[in-house]
Amino acid sequence: MLRAEVLDSLKAKFGDLATSEFRGQVRVVVSLTQLHDVLAALKEEHGFDFLVDVTCVDYLNYRGAKDRFGMVYSLLNTETNERIIIRAFLNDPEPTVPTVYDLWKGANWLEREVWDLFGIRFEGHPDLRRVVLPDGFEAHPLRKDYPLQGRGERHNLPVITRAER
Amino acid sequence: MAIVELPDNVRVTQLDKLVSWCRKNSLWPMPFATACCGIELMATGASRHDMARFGAEVFRFSPRQCDLMIVAGRVVMKMMPVLQRLWLQMHEPKWCISMGACASTGGVFDTYSVVQGIDRFIPVDMYMPGCPPRPEQLIQAIVDLQEKIQREGTWKGKEFDAPSRQRPKRALQEE
Repeated sequence: MLRAEVLDSLKAKFGDLATSEFRGQVRVVVSLTQLHDVLAALKEEHGFDFLVDVTCVDYLNYRGAKDRFGMVYSLLNTETNERIIIRAFLNDPEPTVPTVYDLWKGANWLEREVWDLFGIRFEGHPDLRRVVLPDGFEAHPLRKDYPLQGRGERHNLPVITRAER
Repeated sequence: MAIVELPDNVRVTQLDKLVSWCRKNSLWPMPFATACCGIELMATGASRHDMARFGAEVFRFSPRQCDLMIVAGRVVMKMMPVLQRLWLQMHEPKWCISMGACASTGGVFDTYSVVQGIDRFIPVDMYMPGCPPRPEQLIQAIVDLQEKIQREGTWKGKEFDAPSRQRPKRALQEE
């Protein structure tokens, strides 16, 4: 269970943040400008030393959505076994987020995966390139406007018959 | 013409048939196991459903030492050039078994990254349905491939020069 002082000190430092809880999971919504500072405060002052995951949700076809992308940062305090989820919303033309690579080195590949599949740039990332898809892949497939079967990239490969030895 | 009586330990046959018999009974598989079918492939090589009984004695993991490639599991577009490179590194005569639904047709994964059937890019000799196929099915596929090799095999490998094998399959030309 998350200590109440963590949320209180965050709200004291960064103004009134929207928080909610569902079945023991606490989530805090921050703005993009506060994102890096909130995560740094959680790491340094409250001991959330393990970045579990960085991922993204595309709200393109979601009823009632105000922003298109929602970043999800999932943190764990390995000493007190507390978990917290930080959300930050961003919009489409050039979605950009400050990187958390300087706080947790594990964010390197996690952010590369988000760039690969969603197309969200991370400023300050040392090596932002594709990690799960092949290098020549053009699109960002987990966006909602990309079809499930793809646009023909999966069969764009040379054919080998028995004629080649 | 006099009838020649041959002793019991002399056989007369064709060179093609003899060489095909040798080749079919010593198919060394190269396991290209990417996913769950790979576990069934390992089970087929284990002691209960022993694949070594049929001549597939060793699973050589080097393409230079194999003549049968068993593609077990789904192949994504990032892995397909690797599969093609291994196929080209295998020596002639070589055969390919596409094991399971994913290798044959893409299986349940009709997505942007999974190749819908490796026979789009590699010549395949035997297809096996199943998700995953039972080890007995894999053994049946190897036995069927052995029958195919015995039926069509030539000692110089001329069966691979047939015009029907030189082109990609017509059914796969669209998308």
